[in-house]
Amino acid sequence: MFSNEHKLYLKNIRKKNLLIRLSQFIIIILFIVIWQILADKNLINTFIFSSPKKVIDTVINLHQTNNLYQHIWITVYETLISFLLGTGIGIVIATIMWWNKFIAKVIDPYLTVLNSLPKVALGPIIIIWSGAGIKSIILMALLISTIITIINVYQGFSDTDVNKIKLMKSLGANKRQIYTKLILPANYNSIISTLKINISMSLIGVIMGEFLVSKSGLGYLIMYGSQVFNLNLVIAGIVILCIIAAIMYYLVLYIEKRFKR
Amino acid sequence: MVKNVILKIKNMKKIYHTPKNEILAIDDFSLDLLDREFIAIVGPSGCGKSTILSILSGIENLSSGKVENKKNSSIGYMLQSDNLFEWRTILENCLLGLEINGELNDENKKYVLDLLETYGLKDFINAYPSNLSGGMRQRASLIRTLATKPDILLMDEPFSALDYQTRLAVSDDVYNIIKKEKKAVIMVTHDISEAISMADKVIVLSNRPTKIKKIIDINLSDKANPIHNRKAKEFSYYYDLIWKEIDFHV
Repeated sequence: MFSNEHKLYLKNIRKKNLLIRLSQFIIIILFIVIWQILADKNLINTFIFSSPKKVIDTVINLHQTNNLYQHIWITVYETLISFLLGTGIGIVIATIMWWNKFIAKVIDPYLTVLNSLPKVALGPIIIIWSGAGIKSIILMALLISTIITIINVYQGFSDTDVNKIKLMKSLGANKRQIYTKLILPANYNSIISTLKINISMSLIGVIMGEFLVSKSGLGYLIMYGSQVFNLNLVIAGIVILCIIAAIMYYLVLYIEKRFKR
Repeated sequence: MVKNVILKIKNMKKIYHTPKNEILAIDDFSLDLLDREFIAIVGPSGCGKSTILSILSGIENLSSGKVENKKNSSIGYMLQSDNLFEWRTILENCLLGLEINGELNDENKKYVLDLLETYGLKDFINAYPSNLSGGMRQRASLIRTLATKPDILLMDEPFSALDYQTRLAVSDDVYNIIKKEKKAVIMVTHDISEAISMADKVIVLSNRPTKIKKIIDINLSDKANPIHNRKAKEFSYYYDLIWKEIDFHV
């Protein structure tokens, strides 16, 4: 079907990709093996640095006491809630701003300040206002994801081709029709991209919130581990978080591929 | 045959305001458009030609003066770029105006389908704009404008985005469509040949503030479609006449 040259070309691509994957795999294996050897030879203090075996033991222990899934679920649940709420609220506020340029101009400096403010600074206030519970955590995550959503989506709305708006007006469209038939579909791709940023923003917010207040979740596990000086628990928490972050990232990547036009 | 005036523009004036100053864009512009008449407006670039069309289509307000729509004719506006929505198929794009006006019914849809078929886009009704050539896109844009059955067509440099060959062919196409559908047209262009080959009357505008400098009736012997008209023996006479009137600053 293909010429020999093309077959060679394809083979080379496959070879290169395989080499990349292999290298990636070797790095993580080497890292784990060296870590374990250093721990076995007592070259590092396992009380501070833990070891792969101990991390695995901790995960198995968490699995046996059934706590593991509880913590994972709480963190994932909080992240999803903040992600959905943050995206929804963000798009609604961006819509209001597009609809009413006066409001947009008035709230612009407040948005800019809120965006540059490290949200963790608001942590203590959030705890006092909404209590040491899941509400505070979601609020924290919302603060982080919503503002960036508003700014990104509003930017997209404002950048919609003026000539297309002119066309809509020449066809006699009212503002609602311009919004539903032009602004929204024209910004479909940029909204999907915003979702991608948003899911990691929500996860950051949730872990930050769990650090500050919480009784369960991966952030709590890591914080609790450090307080009782159980570094095995801390590192186990971080490893699980890595895996969850990766799964979420690839999920959104898939959604993006599937739905982007 | 005496044709009726369907659109009367009286002393149109338009001022643009910026924080630093005001700009008189159009000053005292008056024009009568007759039934089925084809008027071309030419003038130096940036002289406010497009503004006139925007005002007539109702997108912009005029500062003073009057536009009398004698027979309450509906107006369609064909913009410079085709502005087809990439996420809609050609048919969906052409139905946009009907959707907006709440006039999307089987009868109107059939009308649009017929237009698409008549003007060579039948095989592309379910294609997306990115799959069409520049000339086809421009035809689709015209059909979108015609879909709402306007009596008067406003065209703002409708062919300027096309290369020269396509431009000639498409202006021929569009001209035939307009004549067949019996529309009155006001077309803005900077292309003198295009104006002479298509219009019954050419209006030459001055630099800003835009005023009418000269109105030239085009009487070609053996008048037919635009490509043919370019060969008329009066063509160069009119070309020189208009060329001398336009203030080009290089």
